[in-house]
Amino acid sequence: MSKPKNSLPKGEMQSSVDKGISTTGALAPLLQVRDLATEFATRSGVARAVDGVSFDVFAGEIVGLVGESGSGKSVTGYSILGLIDLPGRITGGSVRLEGQELVGMSRKQLRTLRGRRIAMVFQDPMSTLNPVLTVFAQMQLAMRAHGQPDAAQMRARALQALGKVGIPDPERRLEAFPHELSGGMRQRVAIAIAFLNQPALVICDEPTTALDVSIQAQILVEMKTLVREAGVSLVWISHDLATVSVLASRLLVMYAGRLIEEGPTAEVLRRPRHPYTQGLIDSLPSRAAPGRDLVQIPGSTPALTSLPSGCAFRERCAHATAICSTAPAQTIDSPRTWSCHHPLNIHVAAESGL
Amino acid sequence: MSHFIQLDDITRRFTSVPPLAERLAKRLTGSIASPTVVHAVEGVSLSVNRGETLGLVGESGCGKSTLGRVAAGILGPTLGHAAVGGEPVMVGKRKVTTRIQMVFQDPYASLNPRMRVGETISEGPLAHGLITRAQADSDVTRWLTAVGLDAAAAQRFPHQFSGGQRQRVAIARALAMRPDALVCDEPVASLDVSIQAQIINLFLQLRRDLNLTMLFISHDLSVVRHVSDRVAIMYLGRIVETGPTEQIFTAPRHPYTRALLDSAPRLAADGAPVQDIRPIHGELPSPINPPPGCAFHQRCAFAQDQCKKELPLLRPLGEAQQAACHFPLETPDHAT
Repeated sequence: MSKPKNSLPKGEMQSSVDKGISTTGALAPLLQVRDLATEFATRSGVARAVDGVSFDVFAGEIVGLVGESGSGKSVTGYSILGLIDLPGRITGGSVRLEGQELVGMSRKQLRTLRGRRIAMVFQDPMSTLNPVLTVFAQMQLAMRAHGQPDAAQMRARALQALGKVGIPDPERRLEAFPHELSGGMRQRVAIAIAFLNQPALVICDEPTTALDVSIQAQILVEMKTLVREAGVSLVWISHDLATVSVLASRLLVMYAGRLIEEGPTAEVLRRPRHPYTQGLIDSLPSRAAPGRDLVQIPGSTPALTSLPSGCAFRERCAHATAICSTAPAQTIDSPRTWSCHHPLNIHVAAESGL
Repeated sequence: MSHFIQLDDITRRFTSVPPLAERLAKRLTGSIASPTVVHAVEGVSLSVNRGETLGLVGESGCGKSTLGRVAAGILGPTLGHAAVGGEPVMVGKRKVTTRIQMVFQDPYASLNPRMRVGETISEGPLAHGLITRAQADSDVTRWLTAVGLDAAAAQRFPHQFSGGQRQRVAIARALAMRPDALVCDEPVASLDVSIQAQIINLFLQLRRDLNLTMLFISHDLSVVRHVSDRVAIMYLGRIVETGPTEQIFTAPRHPYTRALLDSAPRLAADGAPVQDIRPIHGELPSPINPPPGCAFHQRCAFAQDQCKKELPLLRPLGEAQQAACHFPLETPDHAT
């Protein structure tokens, strides 16, 4: 499957390979990420922003990738598309899209895939869109990058794409510059461009974080329809559990560059296994009676250059014991996985049959 | 003492004069380049009782931050009057009360990067003669401790702190002015979930310990629900609904409030995801050209002809609730 990397613990390596077999069955995943590692050389040492991350995304599936700032969720997304520039580099692992290995692929080869088979939507549409080109000009660029469509075709496709993301009066918006559009409209244009060449996978990096609640809701609902109609797979990166849970059927939780928990959304949210996931859920204001103190995770995320040994969360964890200074192996209890020496809710889950 | 923060009929407009070239060009063609007026806040009256926290909710561009700044004396109102504890917030253009202080959203932008945290905290009280130079150090320690930071933090610079710690410094700076009231403008919006919980707990604790009156501005409904005694919902420069927090969240009377609640992603009590969100159609109209009548009528599912012509005024509905709607929603049968 993937080449063994001596820098990674053997147990972790083994389990992720097993997982690939056990969860895929006959159906091959669209995206297969194995032991992905991305490092950044910083003044205070090497920061392992992505540290042995493995997961699959199947066709038509929406996967939520959740974590706080610095957890490596965005870098994971960038690494999948090969968008890592110095001082960062992918130091190991494999990313397979439709069976094709992306890690180590030349820039030229990557360019034929980006936008066509795999696309990305970023958080801030103002920096994604070119401020001096009209919406149509930018859409034409995206279409010409992967084919030689004629003018009429391009116009029709652009109009259709804008219409699908809920842009009213697409004829008029086609000639608009980004600054003439509202934040929500800009993000819709960015999404329309990402979907333009009917990619198999779209990675969305907090696309609604900068938007208002009502606009966010519109985009979330449109996304659901879009994914269903186009049969696209989505990796939705976000720090906001509630937002992700609207869309994602499966959640991946990251902490300090590592994937610490994975499973169907409802199960992870209701019976988290990892104390960090539990902490994240408990610290939501909606989980406490109004005016009462919220459950808080003590301390703050450790710097990636000076992580504690073993479990990166152990210094903030109420359940930590001596064993936590050794790296927890990934436990697989299909469809769920977790990396913790003291997983929560195991017995509750067994009784309720989850 | 009630009505501690008192905002009377506040209107704040921002006028931008067109550039010289445009003015000249217009004059040559015989027309006049008229200035653009943004109606940020229009005729808002609000009061916050002593020790109470009022949550001010709305989407970007609704005027909630402008209103907060007027309340804190950072901006003067175009019309109307703002007072704290019976004293006007602003006297003339320069003199501003110290009884109300502000905590901003982004602690990366609101702290001077070249000033040690200790100086940042003591600058205000020294300038206003609240403390002497000799007292400055112990005063800084006192406020740093109050917000859960180490006294040694006084010697450090903002870049040596994380986002959550910086927000604590910003809160300490506001508290050092011995205010009776705080305006908090999205104080947890830029923080991570786990840090957000820490800062919210700090606000709750400070409010208990210091009997602070707070105007808490946020777009995050779950945060507002958690910290506020009362809530006011703003839309395009006006308050559309106000009332006790639980009533607003369980039995909103204004269709906009209802729509806002329905469009927010949330988790159920048992943690299960709520996948059914119902978005509002359309976007916030421009505050440069506010629509006639009710500003929400273009997006409202219940709008009638009257809504397009007549501006609805805030009126009492039930005991403590007020809504500005010609056709307020009935008490909840389709509530959450």
